[in-house]
Amino acid sequence: MAISRLPAPGFRIRLPEGFAFAGAPVLAPGEVWVPAGRVTALLGPSGSGKSTLVRLAAGLLEMPGAAVEATDGATLRGRIAWMAQSDLLVPWRDALGNVTLGAHLRGEAPDTARARTLLAEAGLAPEDGAKPVSALSGGMRQRVALARTLMEDRPVVLMDEPFSAVDAPTRHRLQELAARLLAGRTVLLVTHDPLEALRLADRILVLTGRPATPVEVAVPDGTPPRAARDPALLAAQAALLERLAEAV
Amino acid sequence: MRGVIAAAGLVLLWQGFVWLTEVPSFLLPSPLRVALALLDRGDIIAGHAVATAAEMLAGLALGALLGCAMALTLAAWRGGRRWLLPMLLVSQAIPVFAIAPLLTLWLGFGMASKVAMATLIIFFPVATAFYDGLRRTDPGLLDLARTMDARGGAVLWRMRVPSALPALASGLRVAAAVAPIGAVVGEWVGSSAGLGYLMLHANGRSQTDVMFAALFVLALMALALWFTVDRLLRRAIPWQPDSLLSPERSS
Repeated sequence: MAISRLPAPGFRIRLPEGFAFAGAPVLAPGEVWVPAGRVTALLGPSGSGKSTLVRLAAGLLEMPGAAVEATDGATLRGRIAWMAQSDLLVPWRDALGNVTLGAHLRGEAPDTARARTLLAEAGLAPEDGAKPVSALSGGMRQRVALARTLMEDRPVVLMDEPFSAVDAPTRHRLQELAARLLAGRTVLLVTHDPLEALRLADRILVLTGRPATPVEVAVPDGTPPRAARDPALLAAQAALLERLAEAV
Repeated sequence: MRGVIAAAGLVLLWQGFVWLTEVPSFLLPSPLRVALALLDRGDIIAGHAVATAAEMLAGLALGALLGCAMALTLAAWRGGRRWLLPMLLVSQAIPVFAIAPLLTLWLGFGMASKVAMATLIIFFPVATAFYDGLRRTDPGLLDLARTMDARGGAVLWRMRVPSALPALASGLRVAAAVAPIGAVVGEWVGSSAGLGYLMLHANGRSQTDVMFAALFVLALMALALWFTVDRLLRRAIPWQPDSLLSPERSS
């Protein structure tokens, strides 16, 4: 599949005043650097501000002082695709209609041929495209959501715990798929699953302390998706898990 | 089937009560007398039923249309909410019985005043249910639309409206159930046709059996209207889950 809007820019989320919620400081003043064309995973305990950061990058949240700066100097607006924890499929459109939702909302003619290709790449049979989404399993729904995210064909992809709602084997397959299909894009992946971060990321940040600051953690050798049975990866997973437990 | 058995049981009970107590028929006619009146005066009752049905349907169409327009205006126009919301509430705070004579005075004894009454009573459940639905769009879907650079109108028409259709359907079901009230109240206050008029007329002449016959036809019409609307809505919104109809899919 042709990737039309590359090269992907890197970006920086600046929080010069930090972030407080209900009077309690959550994120310390600082910044998060997301390099171009790589997968950056953001881990941290619940309430450490992971979702706040990804929502800031997506332009869904505005905060005094906070800024998102792309390396090429242009705005990220119109260059991001967003994938959330819930699949956010609309029940009134079939699977194919959900993949082309973006064009529908922008009033553009949908490229159904490309949508069909993406659904096939995401592992859905051609007849699944015409099915109502209520007839699809959780894993299949998340595949449709992944196809919809890729259909947007944006250089920057923001994922907020995208596979946390599906069972472990499905998650494993979806991670493989995502790593293959997202290659070359700038990805910020929020997750609370250390294994997911270690399999997919080129760079891992753990939000540590309260208020939290991002701390970079070494990733195992090799290119994503890394094999889950790799002993180095399993050792790193144990270390990361301990680190996360301490980060609370 | 169970409904038919229950109705037959009630009719038998009624007939038995009349036989045992020998209550005069101008107070409570037996079901047999009512059935005979229905047969005897069938053509007259049918004529009046057509008038009432026309008022109900016109009121339902007009009330639903106005209710939808009001809900969409409230959802799309932030500044309008301050002005329109109180109006919406006032339209229901005044009992329809209280303004019925006024509407008859303004719109005459014909169909218009009855349609206006039915519209007034139908408008509110449709407007509030639809507006409620438009307000409760999943915030995640709105976020998604924003990251997809959706046009302003598309968020309303292609996200909020389809999300709100199940809520609108609930409003329309209530509307279908209350439609006869508006029409019949209008006919009571002043008219020359309709089942409400026929009932008032028969009551004045102690033709209680005709009154019951008219009431029976009105109840049948109300049931038919509700079930038709329910079926049409079900067909129009196939994605709306119905856990009562399909318990096996409730997981």
